[in-house]
Amino acid sequence: MVSLKTELCGIELDNPLIPASGTFGFGYEFNEIYDINCLGSFSFKGTTLNPRFGNPTPRIAECERGMINSVGLQNPGVDKVISEELPKLKKCFHKPVMANVSGFSIEEYVETVKKLDKEDIIGWFEINISCPNVHGGGMSFGVSPENAGAVTKAVKAVTSKPVIIKLSPNVTDIVAIAKACEENGADGISLINTLLGMKIDLKRRRPVVANKMGGFSGPAIKPVAVRMVYQVYEAVSIPIVGGGGVSTAEDVIEMMLAGASAVEIGAANLVDPMACPKIIEDLPRVMEKYGIKNLKDIIGGAH
Amino acid sequence: MKDLIFKILTNKQIAKNTYEMVLMGDCTDIKCGQFVNIKLDGFYLRRPISVCCVEGNELTLIYKVVGGGTEAMAKMERDTELLVLTGLGNGYDTGLSGEKPLLIGGGAGVPPMYQLARELTKEGKSVSVILGFNSKDEVFYEEEFKKLGANVIVATADGSYGVKGFVTDAFNMVDYTYFYTCGPEPMLKAVYNNTATSGQFSFEERMGCGFGACMGCSCKTKYGNKRICKDGPVLQKEEIIW
Repeated sequence: MVSLKTELCGIELDNPLIPASGTFGFGYEFNEIYDINCLGSFSFKGTTLNPRFGNPTPRIAECERGMINSVGLQNPGVDKVISEELPKLKKCFHKPVMANVSGFSIEEYVETVKKLDKEDIIGWFEINISCPNVHGGGMSFGVSPENAGAVTKAVKAVTSKPVIIKLSPNVTDIVAIAKACEENGADGISLINTLLGMKIDLKRRRPVVANKMGGFSGPAIKPVAVRMVYQVYEAVSIPIVGGGGVSTAEDVIEMMLAGASAVEIGAANLVDPMACPKIIEDLPRVMEKYGIKNLKDIIGGAH
Repeated sequence: MKDLIFKILTNKQIAKNTYEMVLMGDCTDIKCGQFVNIKLDGFYLRRPISVCCVEGNELTLIYKVVGGGTEAMAKMERDTELLVLTGLGNGYDTGLSGEKPLLIGGGAGVPPMYQLARELTKEGKSVSVILGFNSKDEVFYEEEFKKLGANVIVATADGSYGVKGFVTDAFNMVDYTYFYTCGPEPMLKAVYNNTATSGQFSFEERMGCGFGACMGCSCKTKYGNKRICKDGPVLQKEEIIW
């Protein structure tokens, strides 16, 4: 018998699979077709202090082995997430969930985390620092070690739950940013968020998505993600949630060998709603093929 | 929602750039006005296609070749197996039609009107259909609608067939209690502005997943934000914000 169990910031997971924020809503759509309790956990829809409609449509463009989205953090706002989404979620999901939080100022992150901190179902915070910093000239928090560190420190001060910082790959030195998060108290690092991309419609001679640019995800970005997880694993001692283009059991193993303690599945959920249960079912066979008894043992095994 | 394997029975061109594909598989989950989302080899996202007709275990889809994915579909042969997500979207509510429903389809928006016409005529309603196309070579399914016993009017923008003009130019030729429509957005807007009764609109949008998870196809309505794929594609006239 092989073991799929792993651990993330002191919380045991039945398996390393965590559907990524923005590809899984609050879980119900998927719970219609399979019992989502088979997952390790999942990261719920990126939540902000205030409700957001997001960007104009079209928001989606297909690319070779991937897609671009410019949804723009559409969510009902933290108060409605607490009053409407989480009570529904508690009825169908009985494991700790990851709360994905976004903000446009440090105060927004802090206020949102403070409100969610009282919710028992939340096991971890996943802080998305890819959004533009409205007080810092619109540049993303995630592109400078100073800003990433400042958000981490501020959020850590208002919660006792583990704080995982989700990093943007659109930076020159991912290691410096990961280190800044660790130095400021982060309990884990999640990477990668989407790569900034564009697709142009040849007939209209304009970008396909209304916002022109969007986040590129899917199997095409996996080598970038594996490389960054590998680099960050060398530089920090806190656990890593690895993700980016993961679609198969082999991909999960590769991401863990690079250094991930848990693995996020994103775009794959959108093209195949059964992607996660299929990977979970497939993992024991693939583990046996590569002589793996305990998935936990291979974390960082490629170093 | 079900993810099922369907087998192609026929796949043929029926008008300019327009193809009819008949698939065999489990159709129990498919309702009028819904769509299916098809996985195609070599393409990352699935292709959402509206349901044209469902009878027993046969599903008919009509699609227009508009890009690489539909171009690949047009070349597919009999017995090819396709992975199809079924039971997507809310579908039309036939209960609101009154005795004389009017169905207005434009171009690639014609197919969902067919299953709707089948159901409404079966319910004993007196159905009128206005089909809009750019020109004569794009016209399809006129006979199929007539066979259902519907009063069918075809309009072409260039006047090469039927009434010259847009679907709205044929409105004075019909008497109706309610309407259902699907087509390009400018047509939907014209229908909205030129109809006296209430009705239902089926919208199209670029989708990521097709089942409500990604928020790729959201729109604002008078009753809050909706996802075209999950809360739509059918919206009531009263809730639409243009």
